[in-house]
Amino acid sequence: MNHRIVIIDYGVGNLFSLQRAFRAVSGEALIASDVDTIYSADALVLPGVGSFEAGMRGLRLRGLIDVVKNAATKGTPILGICLGAQLLLSEGHEFGVHQGLDIIPGKVLKFEGLTQNEKIPHVGWNNISPPEEVTWKGTVLDLVEKASKVYFVHSYILAPRNKEHTFGLTTYGGKEFCSIVKKGKIIGVQFHPEKSGETGLRIIKNFVSAL
Amino acid sequence: MKDIRIIPLLHIKSENVVKPVHTEALRVVGSPKSLSTRYYAEGADELIYLDVVASLYQRNFDFELLRSVTENIFIPVTVGGGIRSITDINNALRAGADKVAINTYAVRHPVFLKEAAKEFGSQCITLFIEAKQRPDGSYEVYTDGGREWTGSDAIEWAKQAIDLGVGEILISSIDRDGTKRGYDVELIRKISTFAPIPIIAHGGAGTSESIREVICEGKADAVAVSSVFHYGELSIQNVKRYLVERGIATREI
Repeated sequence: MNHRIVIIDYGVGNLFSLQRAFRAVSGEALIASDVDTIYSADALVLPGVGSFEAGMRGLRLRGLIDVVKNAATKGTPILGICLGAQLLLSEGHEFGVHQGLDIIPGKVLKFEGLTQNEKIPHVGWNNISPPEEVTWKGTVLDLVEKASKVYFVHSYILAPRNKEHTFGLTTYGGKEFCSIVKKGKIIGVQFHPEKSGETGLRIIKNFVSAL
Repeated sequence: MKDIRIIPLLHIKSENVVKPVHTEALRVVGSPKSLSTRYYAEGADELIYLDVVASLYQRNFDFELLRSVTENIFIPVTVGGGIRSITDINNALRAGADKVAINTYAVRHPVFLKEAAKEFGSQCITLFIEAKQRPDGSYEVYTDGGREWTGSDAIEWAKQAIDLGVGEILISSIDRDGTKRGYDVELIRKISTFAPIPIIAHGGAGTSESIREVICEGKADAVAVSSVFHYGELSIQNVKRYLVERGIATREI
């Protein structure tokens, strides 16, 4: 049967390429911003680019904060992308400290302390690999090879409080950071799977197949 | 060192990809959809799509054509040519673009860059500079596909645009565009050495060595390549292999 995948439109980001990427792996996804549609979805995608505060404001204005948090509590799979992944955490430290969705404990911090002379924002293709004790087999990262390349654009990084929520790591400018967070069926990726070629499509396909 | 991005650049006129020579004469090269599909499959890291007449004739951008091109391309796409409003940017994003490249309109209304960056985020706004060297060695900004001189200094303009919030700069050398004589390394280096944001070099790609040169000596973060890819004189894979063998990281397919 067809599961209803809803891409949450909260006023930030380019939802159209994301929708096309779902279509490419035969997972029709609906773009919606109303409470009812999002409440009754089988899976949610929280996309987004822009600042942490603007993202939370977008959700708040549409009355979506509790809807997303409740969906997480009742076990609805959620895929957060870029800013959408950051919003899953407890608080963001971009232009002041702002409350996040607090679905996964942790902070979103400025990407700094690079040991090599690299530019911020981190723009371009970079590796993702599982932490040592983690396997991607049978998960949303299934069949994605260690050190696969995906497309990043960001200036802030995910810093989950609990080690077990770090599901992927990336190194840029000599600094290792958490590029994938996961807690049960909730997953957040700092990169853009919809812009990451076949590797990205594989991740989206896995997300759809698990429903 | 991070991965250098190899970016095919398509000049679009009506429904065709064209090759500009010194930005004046145009020759039809192929269809936007077949070329972009080929580049995606061959491992392009991004794609740049420039409508070369939209700006010049104040013509409206063909968003339907763009939509058909981006439909099966799952890498970032930057779109330029005649972008002159927040609505244009919105339409481009809805047609599958991830970033927009702005030249002419930004030169006339610099504050537009700030408004656009605020609305869509810096990562979405690329400044497109077309520059030509003056007899004294300095570089001047041109607009409208290299037809109109502005009197502005390219380096100063880059600095100003960075302050206004652009997220990337695409620099095209009018002198080298379409000549295959190699990039204008000096022009690229002059901007990349102070810019805290990524610099994409364009204009003059001829051999793999010319690409290596603008990366190593010009300090470019990415290279845009047109004709030599279109005509198959260089392939993305061969360029990447050439760079990797010389210690430059790229995304290999």
